[in-house]
Amino acid sequence: MACPPEILSALGDPMLPQPFGIKRVRHDTLDTFTLELAPPDGARIATAAPGQFNMLYVFGVGEVPISISSAPNRPMLHTTRAVGTVTRALAELKRGNMVGVRGPFGSSWPIEAARGKDVVIIAGGIGLAPLRGALLELLRRRKDFGRIVLLYGARTSADVLYERELERLRGRGLDLSITVDRAVDAWRGHIGVVTTLIPRAPFNAHNCVVLMCGPEIMMRFATLELQKCGVPEEAIYLSLERNMKCAVGFCGHCQFGSEFICKDGPVLRYDRVARWLAIDEL
Amino acid sequence: MNTLESIIAKHPFTKDLNPRFLHLLNECATFERFGADQPIFQESFEADRLYFIERGRVALQNFVPGTGVTTIQTVGPGAALGWSWLYPPYRWHFSAVALEPVEAAGLCGRTLRDRMQENHEFGYEIAMRVSHLLLERLQATRFRLFEMYGVPT
Repeated sequence: MACPPEILSALGDPMLPQPFGIKRVRHDTLDTFTLELAPPDGARIATAAPGQFNMLYVFGVGEVPISISSAPNRPMLHTTRAVGTVTRALAELKRGNMVGVRGPFGSSWPIEAARGKDVVIIAGGIGLAPLRGALLELLRRRKDFGRIVLLYGARTSADVLYERELERLRGRGLDLSITVDRAVDAWRGHIGVVTTLIPRAPFNAHNCVVLMCGPEIMMRFATLELQKCGVPEEAIYLSLERNMKCAVGFCGHCQFGSEFICKDGPVLRYDRVARWLAIDEL
Repeated sequence: MNTLESIIAKHPFTKDLNPRFLHLLNECATFERFGADQPIFQESFEADRLYFIERGRVALQNFVPGTGVTTIQTVGPGAALGWSWLYPPYRWHFSAVALEPVEAAGLCGRTLRDRMQENHEFGYEIAMRVSHLLLERLQATRFRLFEMYGVPT
């Protein structure tokens, strides 16, 4: 669902970062962390829909798009991995430090379109972060949906994100399967790539919606596996990432075929972008 | 509890298999149970079984000198386990250990090979299914080479 213009206009100047304070920092894995942000003086902020992102500005360093990992109307959380200059700088920030925030931007997961259907969430690595808000919202409205299945793949058992929370969510009607490429410690769960979980996952391929986020190579192969199971292309939604700069569709940095990932995405229906995904360096 | 015949007939490996071939599978199969942590087969030993997993999960393992035993993959209900029985020198390339109580139909590899030789139509069907297993494992191995989740999103 693209962000309606009236919401965009209500945000004020979308190019102007608002100062937010860091209320809490949580280290999820060795290189992944979650920031809880709040505006100064408890000012009201725009409600973000699951799947949308904010532009976070580390003063004097730079700005990056980071997906919102909190549920709607809950304290604003961003989970990210320290991999580049800006995200490494974000990882250095402490409680009480300030960052600039622009957003929320972009499209959201099709929660309403999933009513009455099974929902299959497929995530790889840090790709679970943009799906967390959708997962919590689906479970909050548990009766509106059929089965809710999460298939999650991580590099190692030490890289599994939100592990304790996911285990708790099993008790709220989540059918959870986690797989890792390599086991460390006493891992007794699945070992293998996430696509191997798809054929035996409990969902109705002809009446489901798939929400998927992870590295594109994972999403490509997972899509092939879903199609083998009979899931139609129009039931598959991907969250894509490109080099987002302005976040409002002006600069063109994130253009992907006929779409702008920042404005038309990041959540896009697979059949709208399938032909672009196969093109190198697009 | 499912009978041996129903385990074989309902297993994904035999999906769309001509029903007249099912008895060839049934006659060389036994119902097998393994306790948690019990070895199912051992790397480099004679490979003489094709398993249709009905219940429980199995770890495929390799011994890596200097590292020890490493689990490469886990498989669960609905998986077909073992292809080394089909190709000379008929030795397991991996070890398999039950992670939890496992129930499976175990089919005799030597008998299967004989039946495939005698009945080429049956042989073709089984070889196609085993090659599909190989393709799935090859694809999974390729995905891993990409270090998929290591790529930032």
